[in-house]
Amino acid sequence: MNRREFLKNTAKAVAGVTVPLAAIEILSPARVQALKADSSVRWAFLVDTYKCVGCGLCVKACKNENEIPYEANVTRTWVERYVLTKDGKLYADSPKGARDGFTSAKIDLGMGKFQDIRKEDIKKAFFVPKLCNQCENPPCVQVCPVGATYQAPDGVVLVDRTWCIGCGYCIMGCPYGVRFFHPKYHTAEKCNFCYHRINKGLKTACVQACPFGARQIGNIKDPNDPVAKIITTERVGILKSEFGTKPQVFYIGLDEEVR
Amino acid sequence: MVHGELWTLKELFVTPNEYIYWSVQIVMYPFMTGLVAGAFVLSSLYHVFGIKELKDIARFALVFSFALLFAAPVPIILHLQHPFRGINNLMTPHFTSAIAAFGIVFSTYGAIVASELWFLYRKHFVEQSQFLKKKQDKDFGEKLFYLIYTALTLGSFDISKEAQHKDEKAIKILAAIGIPVACFLHGYAGFIFGSVKANALWMTPLMPVIFIMSAVVSGIALCMLTYIVTMEIRKFLACKKQSPTYSPECREEIKSVEVNVIKMTAKYLLFFLIFAISLELLDLIFRGYTATKSWDVLRSVIYEKDFNSIFVFQYGIGNLIPFILFLLPGMTIRRAVVGVVLVMFGVFMMRWNVVIGGQAFSLTFAGYMHYHLPIIPHDWETLKEGLFGALAVFIMPFVLFFFLTKIFPIFGLKESH
Amino acid sequence: MKNHVFRPLFAVIGLVVIVLVIRVFYVPKDFGVHERGYMYGWYREGNVSEWKTSVKVKYQGKEYCSGCHADKVQTIDKTPHAIIQCENCHGPANDAIADHPSEQRPKLTIDRTRAQCLRCHLKLVYPTSGRANIRGIDPEKHNPDIECVMCHNPHKPGLEGLK
Repeated sequence: MNRREFLKNTAKAVAGVTVPLAAIEILSPARVQALKADSSVRWAFLVDTYKCVGCGLCVKACKNENEIPYEANVTRTWVERYVLTKDGKLYADSPKGARDGFTSAKIDLGMGKFQDIRKEDIKKAFFVPKLCNQCENPPCVQVCPVGATYQAPDGVVLVDRTWCIGCGYCIMGCPYGVRFFHPKYHTAEKCNFCYHRINKGLKTACVQACPFGARQIGNIKDPNDPVAKIITTERVGILKSEFGTKPQVFYIGLDEEVR
Repeated sequence: MVHGELWTLKELFVTPNEYIYWSVQIVMYPFMTGLVAGAFVLSSLYHVFGIKELKDIARFALVFSFALLFAAPVPIILHLQHPFRGINNLMTPHFTSAIAAFGIVFSTYGAIVASELWFLYRKHFVEQSQFLKKKQDKDFGEKLFYLIYTALTLGSFDISKEAQHKDEKAIKILAAIGIPVACFLHGYAGFIFGSVKANALWMTPLMPVIFIMSAVVSGIALCMLTYIVTMEIRKFLACKKQSPTYSPECREEIKSVEVNVIKMTAKYLLFFLIFAISLELLDLIFRGYTATKSWDVLRSVIYEKDFNSIFVFQYGIGNLIPFILFLLPGMTIRRAVVGVVLVMFGVFMMRWNVVIGGQAFSLTFAGYMHYHLPIIPHDWETLKEGLFGALAVFIMPFVLFFFLTKIFPIFGLKESH
Repeated sequence: MKNHVFRPLFAVIGLVVIVLVIRVFYVPKDFGVHERGYMYGWYREGNVSEWKTSVKVKYQGKEYCSGCHADKVQTIDKTPHAIIQCENCHGPANDAIADHPSEQRPKLTIDRTRAQCLRCHLKLVYPTSGRANIRGIDPEKHNPDIECVMCHNPHKPGLEGLK
């Protein structure tokens, strides 16, 4: 055997090791194309920050509905408070994700410290509810090494609790901080627009619980959907567009200070 | 309690789900794979580029790289929330993820190192197998070794001149393939971090290159350290009167070989160290100069919160001091030991500052998180992701190396080439 | 044997075959590329329907409550509190509750705490937020030691509803 043959065979061996069946599967574009049939549903969310008063009833409902341990300091949705003062400073917090609302006028600075702000000093102050953006290009799905998190045909990003290995890469990959480890299942966890509810024709728990109509959910592919109408005909914003994730949670009344 | 909550302290505006999810084991992971890659590159410098001065350390480095190879995936597995599902990584790999490549690249690399070792030690296996076969009334240990060696020959007992010549060729080819694979193995460890666009500190295309350079530095340093320790033990045995290998002349000989090898290797260490530091500084300067949105929070982390661990521990103690130690003329073994230990500490701190430092600030750019390494374990999680878990991972390759040298002796082999 | 050089290669191929065989048994049959292609659609299909069915609906909504408590819903509908879902204070009306015959039916846990009212009625002077338009109190000055429901009727929140 000569050197050329040896090299050839070694290359084959390396290729054999590096290409499992999974890779062969992706190499069939015809099949992928056939699968890409357009679904008639694409869930989208609309948040009106003008209407939000920071009561946190959405967070409470979400935790109960989705069985996230109530005392655990993680949550699928939360509300942030932003207070901008006349001297140009930003104070923001979200104590316990606003599960109990904002029960104090003081801003929680962490490490047991609180900031009192005189009402004369406030320039603007408002609340911003946050939840999973169900991005069109979800970075969390891109980085999952095992295919345990994925985008369902209707655009919602789901986590397979039986397949997740718990590496935390998706948590690191999400620019919005919506992911965490479920305290009980120890797998990656996130908001999935109450997938069990929206597929039964119900609203998500947070949308239903919100007394002020600050949260709405709809099907952006349905031209008669009232939420889709607002998103497509009015001025709405998205969070952190610089990441190219194409979020599907749209905001009315965003501010440049919103993180 | 939520994973990460135990060792994370939050300050100012941090969103509710943010914790330091990647803790000390993720610091250990690039550190250990760095050592693997570095040790292999060191051994290949001799096998491929024929740098004769490194001949003595090359064989040693290869066996050590193999021992490290088994320890490299351990920190990742220990950090998984579902360690037993780690196999899914090989079963349904998703190649858009840098971690999915781990199983594949790692196995490829393992196969290359194992094959190279096989060619290097084939003659030894055959000789031992045949020797033990002939031996009458073997005890249990000898029977075991006979089985191991016979299995390791893979059924090939041809050790003719011609066959050995083929072995040498194969080693050279494998070592040559191994270098890019080793660099890839570690480069993509850098890619795992560098490609996380959500993290302002990690996201830079320089990350894989920085990781490779510091990997080679730490790998060479570890090989030098272990080499010195092994040589010292041999020296110690050689001067022990009751020892069968007693010979005062031999002792001097060992010493001169040791100093020569260390001097030579130290040059390569310096070379790669300069590269590593330049790249790291380039990254820092570039961030400061371009000062994009994230710079305000990064600056406060780099120059204030993490000042000690970056500028004092990493650059000062870990880079500058060993740099001076190696540059001063008249290298001694003692100084080399101090130097390589500091270099390894510096590389460890670099990993620490990347992994923990990258999580030291919130996605809001308006808050901070502080990491407190769990020292005294009080449950499974604080054991495996605490000080003891990290130490266990660090000690593991040395223990493995000890057992591997029983099968792959690194000294006293008749040279086959 | 001349070609001993290939021995390690055979060993590697053997290992790969073993892994691939294990894969056939280990990976669920419905795991594969789906609608969104390999990049975002690489998953086990069965999980989608698992998410649809395995989680139970807890919050039923006001319509469901008015099925039996139409009178209560009608009174509250005349007040500003009409916008609040019954279950926000009364707790989720799990299916389990409806399934029980009325005498064995478990009681809902009603949240009557001060904290529940303060979610909206803590006075926060935030000029650019809807919160500024809600009538609120300073909890440290306004009867700090007693529950709100001692004086106020949440179903008739106006001053005329004072007990």
